[in-house]
Amino acid sequence: MTTQTFREWALDETPSSRRQASWGRRYRIWLNLRSNPLAMIGLTIILLTVIVSLAAPLITVYDPGAQNLYNKLAFPSSEHLLGTDELGRDVFARILYGGRVTLGLVVAVVILVAPVGLLIGCISGYLGGLADTVLMRVTDVFLAFPRLVLALALVAALTPGIESAFIAISLTAWPPYARLARAETLTIRNSDYIAACRLTGASKFRIILRHVAPLCVPSLIVRATLDMSSIIITAASLGFLGMGAQPPSPEWGAMISTARRFFYEQWWVAAVPGLMIFVSSLAFNLLGDGLRDVLDPKQT
Amino acid sequence: MKRRAKTLAGILSSVFITLFGLLVVTFLIGRVIPIDPAIAAAGDQAPEAVIRALRTEMGLDQPIWVQFYRYVVQILHGDFGASNVSHNLVTSDIARYFPATFELAVLALLVSSLLGVPLGVWAAVRQGRLADQVIRVVCLAGHSLPTFVFAMLSLLIFYKTLDWLPGPGRQSIFYTDMVPVFTGMITVDSAIAGDWDAFFDALAHMIQPVCILGYFSMAYITRMSRAFMLHALHDEYIITARAKGLSPATVIWKHAFPTVAVQLVTVLALTFAGLLEGSVVTETVFEWPGIGRYLTNALKNGDMNPVIGSTLLIGVIYVSFNLLADLLYRLLDPRVR
Repeated sequence: MTTQTFREWALDETPSSRRQASWGRRYRIWLNLRSNPLAMIGLTIILLTVIVSLAAPLITVYDPGAQNLYNKLAFPSSEHLLGTDELGRDVFARILYGGRVTLGLVVAVVILVAPVGLLIGCISGYLGGLADTVLMRVTDVFLAFPRLVLALALVAALTPGIESAFIAISLTAWPPYARLARAETLTIRNSDYIAACRLTGASKFRIILRHVAPLCVPSLIVRATLDMSSIIITAASLGFLGMGAQPPSPEWGAMISTARRFFYEQWWVAAVPGLMIFVSSLAFNLLGDGLRDVLDPKQT
Repeated sequence: MKRRAKTLAGILSSVFITLFGLLVVTFLIGRVIPIDPAIAAAGDQAPEAVIRALRTEMGLDQPIWVQFYRYVVQILHGDFGASNVSHNLVTSDIARYFPATFELAVLALLVSSLLGVPLGVWAAVRQGRLADQVIRVVCLAGHSLPTFVFAMLSLLIFYKTLDWLPGPGRQSIFYTDMVPVFTGMITVDSAIAGDWDAFFDALAHMIQPVCILGYFSMAYITRMSRAFMLHALHDEYIITARAKGLSPATVIWKHAFPTVAVQLVTVLALTFAGLLEGSVVTETVFEWPGIGRYLTNALKNGDMNPVIGSTLLIGVIYVSFNLLADLLYRLLDPRVR
């Protein structure tokens, strides 16, 4: 199917099938999003970062771990595009490979946390009563710590490293999703179509999974996109404080942590990963902000 | 009246459950997750006998609920244990470091609300125009700010290169320990002592950390003020006020802003609690002797008592500010009263 016919098929005012209707909806959302320049800038940056870090071996010839002590702390040049660090490793290569660590961590956390939060929130909101009270109290406890502080304490109790950072960030990231899903569920649960489902004899869990949870997804997607930026920052902060990914790893925060020692003299070694953290986190914020306008118009 | 007492009881009981939960979580972090807290405390080079003695002393040979009971009793008596490195009591350490963080957070909150609220109102009034878009990007950038990177850049530019502002630390060496400690907040102490040179020195040291923390929280305050203001501007009483022919400034500040201000109280309380989080990283870069740097130093040494103590303290402050926000909102907003 060519793009032109897809466009006509998707924008058909009288869709003839369920599939056509849902694609039409998705396509309209995309058109709306496309008209928001800031969101498109965000999306472009995210796609670029993903592609560039996945294609890292094709883009740079350097190994992110290869040391060259004869050429350490070199200023950016045509040979080393972004210079070299204190062990003579190519900063550009480390930035590219570091993107894999950061993006991998972010995606892993969101994939684990968003469904868990969704499920807890929907169950809590739909069932109400004791289940609601218990689940929401647990959520409150986790919300009572600032995220970074709880993550730091958890990592300290485990051993510092990227796996612990993943566990700690995941444990601190789910409560807002649960809160959000619960709030959405509360507005849905008394609607007529849910009553209709109940009358047809659908079980509670069927209603939650098939009829309530899908409607919470749009606002959860918005939340997850915005959340990715704060996960990037939390992960980088953990790395910077020596509690996240450990030094040989080209994680951006850890790179800044080692480069801090000679920051006043060779500032570019720390500034480049710092800029990457800022730009990628800003990109997720821009996209999330645009998505909110499109998916969740009542919020603005 | 009776209903009010009932809601108050409801809020308080949920706060108590949350505080109990904080104890459970910190207990798990301090005593259950580490493989052997006794080895962690004594160091892995310690002889077997020492570790065994320590294990009995720490009560690690007891069942877990007994351990938890002892932990709760200890905390309720204000006993957070001692640091394994300096052997100082955690409570006295915290009492020494906390004023520095408090001083920083109060000023940052002041700066961010003085800038953030007008910016948010302005953005709402000019919704969709250029000013709104610019403010939006500035705020999103604030949300995306890795504080430590900007703190380092700021030091590089304003301290190392331009030499306009003092470097890391809380005071110049010349003024260190010159003012008598009264509140622990150097600006207040030096003002009380009437030592204005020390006062301005301390203030100059605060400019960079306060601006960076302030920008971070300003983003949140601006965003919320904009949202509240937009909501208020669409209300019918505003349309009435406009129809009466009142000037735009009167409509915005005299009619719409009071309702926004009530909602902002909650936001400001939450911002203050959030500043504690931002201070962890900022204090590390600026070598600011506050609770955040105390926490990160303890983390580096694997010193669990200070970690648990400061985590618990930050958690309790967080909960109490949430409670404060809730109560103030109920007090100020006649609809929930």
